[in-house]
Amino acid sequence: MRVLCLIEADSGGVADVSLRALTFARSLADAQTAAGAVPVAGRESWLHEKAPSGVPNGATTPPGSGAGAAGEADGTDGAGEVIAVVFGGADAVPVGELSAYGVSDAYAIESPHLGGYAPQAWARALAGLAAELPAGAVVAAGTDHGGEVMAHVGAITGLPVVANCVSAGPAGAGTLRLVRQRWAGSLLEDAVLEASPALLTVAVDAVAPAEADAPVATTVQSYRPEFADADLVVRAAESAERSTGVSLATARVVVGGGRGVGGPDGFRVLEELAGLLGGVLGVSRVVTSEGWRPHKQQVGQTGTRISPELYLACGISGAIQHMAGCQSAKHIVAVNTDPDAPIIGHADYAVIGDLNQVIPALIAAIRARRAGA
Amino acid sequence: MEVLVCVKRVPMVGGRIVVTADGQDVDTRMSGFTVSPHEECAVEEAVRLVERFGGRVTVLTLGPPAAADQLRDMLALGASRAVLLESDGREWGPIATAGAIVDAMRGAASAPSAPAAPAPSAPAAPAPSAPAAPAASAPPAPAAPAASAPPAPGCPYDLLLFGNEAADTGDYQVGVRVAHALGLPCVTGIKNLEVADDGASARARREYRGTEEVFDIPLPAVVSVKEGINLPRYPSLPGRLRAKRATIEQQVPPWHPEGLRKEGLRVPAGESKRAEILGHGADAVPALVALLNEFGVLS
Repeated sequence: MRVLCLIEADSGGVADVSLRALTFARSLADAQTAAGAVPVAGRESWLHEKAPSGVPNGATTPPGSGAGAAGEADGTDGAGEVIAVVFGGADAVPVGELSAYGVSDAYAIESPHLGGYAPQAWARALAGLAAELPAGAVVAAGTDHGGEVMAHVGAITGLPVVANCVSAGPAGAGTLRLVRQRWAGSLLEDAVLEASPALLTVAVDAVAPAEADAPVATTVQSYRPEFADADLVVRAAESAERSTGVSLATARVVVGGGRGVGGPDGFRVLEELAGLLGGVLGVSRVVTSEGWRPHKQQVGQTGTRISPELYLACGISGAIQHMAGCQSAKHIVAVNTDPDAPIIGHADYAVIGDLNQVIPALIAAIRARRAGA
Repeated sequence: MEVLVCVKRVPMVGGRIVVTADGQDVDTRMSGFTVSPHEECAVEEAVRLVERFGGRVTVLTLGPPAAADQLRDMLALGASRAVLLESDGREWGPIATAGAIVDAMRGAASAPSAPAAPAPSAPAAPAPSAPAAPAASAPPAPAAPAASAPPAPGCPYDLLLFGNEAADTGDYQVGVRVAHALGLPCVTGIKNLEVADDGASARARREYRGTEEVFDIPLPAVVSVKEGINLPRYPSLPGRLRAKRATIEQQVPPWHPEGLRKEGLRVPAGESKRAEILGHGADAVPALVALLNEFGVLS
């Protein structure tokens, strides 16, 4: 299958989330259609079913007409090919990394109209390229940018978008069998997608980045899309403000506080401990809903996702909504008065006790240890 | 200013999610329901705008008849009008949901404010002739509402607010699809929204990977917001009473399949471990220090 993958860049080249998306795209591209698979009955009837009024129908969708023909026509058959899409000049394409991740072709999307991020314009370019190649699938990382751009691609083409996929493989012409996250990863859905191209975002924490067995020669080409005026109405201006200091998302140590902290004053001791460990404070949703701490410190499904070496969760019960934000932590240690709290079922280690006794004693012990060293 | 806020009824899950025996749904026999957290903030944002500009907040949901409860919760927060697009309990995909919302808006534009019978589950059903009484339930407006730009043709709202993603399915796309169908600009993931004094434009902000992104957009527009954009108020007692009496407008849109077929739900493997207990109270501190040292975070 020919799979198109949206690349997000950062200062170091390809962003980690996009390396994960590339790994996912490669496994999808290389997966062979199950032997003897036949087009799934009903596919054609679905394709020609009228979409609800007000939503554009799948104008670019080729009619499914038998396994071979459909495969050739829509990029779902043949050898696996991963094609990267990078917004910016051809000279800025990170060829080395793309090559290592098995990308055969990279398209640099260049336009005098594009300065920075413009979700609808990016989607227009991606949808145009997917139709011209054609591609059997279009994949992006399940980030705010990736999810937003793919939603626009879905709206432009009238096709479904499957958010936060964990795995996907072909189950017949124009048909994928896939697993995706619900409830931010607390639940998995097994599903079948009948649409071409398949539009997917990849759950940010589900696929580990892995290079291809052998590097592939990557050909870089330019693609100049046509935009309608409406595509360019929404464009991001980056503010000069960059957050300084250790950020919650990237901190090596996070000290968490929840309802058990008891009130806005109780966080001072947790901040002191975080400072000692070179980390930052994170809190549960109840803490921000009560206004005890600002929302930007929330760890969880509706806050920040963290992936520290150590998450020390103090007075946190361990609701689904919270655990969704810290499940990527390497080690979770809980301090909780309740040995039956849900967090005990998610943590690696636990201290049963009142954080107001445990944490000051821990701070004292760390200070004593450092003084003695 | 006319503001539409779309919300979704989702199970209130606590410490763990249980799937029904047939593997098709979340078991909600032991849980309550709520709206997705981002959406509660969307309603708060809308109510604040109407407090500033005058006008109305319409809250809309697509869901089973019992979703009227969530609409009443939002009316209690200060929304003026509630619309229920009643489903038969099947799960609706983002394409069909967006289509139903757009159809309902177009219907509203051609035949405004025709209140249907209250939801069967509504606790206190008003007399069938009771009007929706939007003016009565709106918070007191400031002296003179600022002028606002006329909505785009076919769009009866100045602003359409969504939550960035539903708590359960997390599809991230209904708002974007509605924007495309109506030809409106759309920004998502917004944590700060400033509407200009003339009501004709807005500046929307969000943080993305450590950088703040700023979008200047004309209104009407679709904006999907995230929790943290504001701290929603608690419903007032008069608000609750008003919500209980309010009439909920109802429509029954047709369901459409859309190419993604759910086969089943399951809890990921490896969820049921149990922490190794280091000890109790301050007595556990030496073991804790040794552990932190082992993790290499003490240096």
